[in-house]
Amino acid sequence: METFVPALTIFILALFVGFEVITKVPPLLHTPLMSGANAISGITLVGTLITSGARLTTATEILGFLAVAMATANVVGGFLVTHRMLGMFRRKD
Amino acid sequence: MPKEEAFAKLLYLAAAVLFIIGLKGLTHPRTAVRGNIIAALGMLLAIVVTLMDQRIVSFQIIVAGFVVGGLVGVIMAYRSSMTAIPQVVAVFNGFGGGASAIAVGAAYMEALKGEWIEEITIQFTSSVAMAGLIGAVALTGSAIAFGKLQRLIKERPVLIPGRHVINVTLLLICLGLGTWLVVDPTGSFPFWAMVGVASLLGIMLVIPIGGADMPVVISLLNAYSGLAAAGHGWVLNNSVLIIAGSLVGAAGFFLTALMCRAMNRSLANVIFAGVGTVVATETETEDIYAGRVKSASPEEVAMLLSDARRVVIAPGYGMAVAQAQYAIQDLMLLLESRGIEVDFAIHPVAGRMPGHMNVLLAEANIPYDKLIELERINPTFRQTDVVLVFGANDVVNPMARDSDPSIPIAGMPILNVDEAHSVVIVKRSLSPGFAGIANPLFVADNSLMLFGDAKEMAMDLTTALKET
Repeated sequence: METFVPALTIFILALFVGFEVITKVPPLLHTPLMSGANAISGITLVGTLITSGARLTTATEILGFLAVAMATANVVGGFLVTHRMLGMFRRKD
Repeated sequence: MPKEEAFAKLLYLAAAVLFIIGLKGLTHPRTAVRGNIIAALGMLLAIVVTLMDQRIVSFQIIVAGFVVGGLVGVIMAYRSSMTAIPQVVAVFNGFGGGASAIAVGAAYMEALKGEWIEEITIQFTSSVAMAGLIGAVALTGSAIAFGKLQRLIKERPVLIPGRHVINVTLLLICLGLGTWLVVDPTGSFPFWAMVGVASLLGIMLVIPIGGADMPVVISLLNAYSGLAAAGHGWVLNNSVLIIAGSLVGAAGFFLTALMCRAMNRSLANVIFAGVGTVVATETETEDIYAGRVKSASPEEVAMLLSDARRVVIAPGYGMAVAQAQYAIQDLMLLLESRGIEVDFAIHPVAGRMPGHMNVLLAEANIPYDKLIELERINPTFRQTDVVLVFGANDVVNPMARDSDPSIPIAGMPILNVDEAHSVVIVKRSLSPGFAGIANPLFVADNSLMLFGDAKEMAMDLTTALKET
């Protein structure tokens, strides 16, 4: 229990921070917001690294590889596609 | 806490702060590119810190995963067209959810061997169950959403008889297996069985939802993959995972609620009602339109445009399908060169994901200050001479103003294009939009139909206008 409550506290507070920041994003940028947030959810990569680096059995090795590859694709692809999209938005000049 | 661990945790905190600053950057187009880069740097920091972790003894698997995943990510991000962005986001989202489910499974299997964590606590097992369940639903749900968007499977809702009973049963089985996992963490069978059933649930949940409701589905699946990442953070007791997952969850739920409000429908209605299954037949719509549709040629519309002072273009999914954004930009430039004011009317749910139209028009170099959202453009239609509707239907359908609950779009805020002096609807036929109902706008006194493909008609209008 000594780790549960602090973890829950962080989770709930981060939800509020998230809502505060994200409600200010204009509809113009909702697609990049979604793909950018999606790239951030690739943070699960951090967790997959710890698991797959431990290398205990062949089964967890295979699972670890799959998880790292999927999460990496999520992170790399997510940030790049968001960058590409945002580069297209320009003002009248 | 040993010194190294405390240091790593401080760096994780820095990464989390970078994510928040990055998302803040997305509140304005001028700071958005920088914001995205800041968030990416936060990710890089979190990854580098993790690679220093003592528990990682071998890097072969990790490097292999980086190379394969990195290649897939780069190729998908650069090879895909802007029209396909909803599909691309769906795929990445599925990857994230799937990675969470698989990784917590591996973590659990290692914990069973007595490695890696000191004892298997209830917090550990319940987080494993939660991340596995949500991650698997996000994986297969996103796969189905991808299939629908890519037209690999039927875009209209597929309604399986007794699906509500089946779904509740599947969910109960998942919860049962999850409880087994928490109460008796001695084998990995309940976990993988739960992941299997949850994968089926993900398919069952998305398959009855129609293509036009995809903005809601994609937002919701995005929230799920965020929650799965947060759950993964609980498994590892890692704060950066919890914070990042929570931020993404907030973004996903916020957009989900916004999209539902933009259609005046509840989330339950979008997910369970199967809207778009019933489509008005040709004869039904012909009765409504019979003899009252005024069809125009590109030349006639060009005449109308050349006399206008203000023109508003209302794009819909048809513009995306026809890839008409560049042809529309040419038309806009020509109109502006004649001193005609041109703006774009953007409905929140036009297209297949939130803000989809903005990305397509930005791709065609249309300045973002011309992309005007519903609340701000609606009061201007009375002062607008001509509205050009390109491939939009339900979002300009005046039937939405009706409160009759049998109309699927009743109460949905629409673009009030019918208040303009003239409305030209560019459309291939009189077929109904996704909601499957007729559109009285097509026979309004101030409406003209310009039958044809959105791209070809935009080009024909430009040619015709040059000759006037």
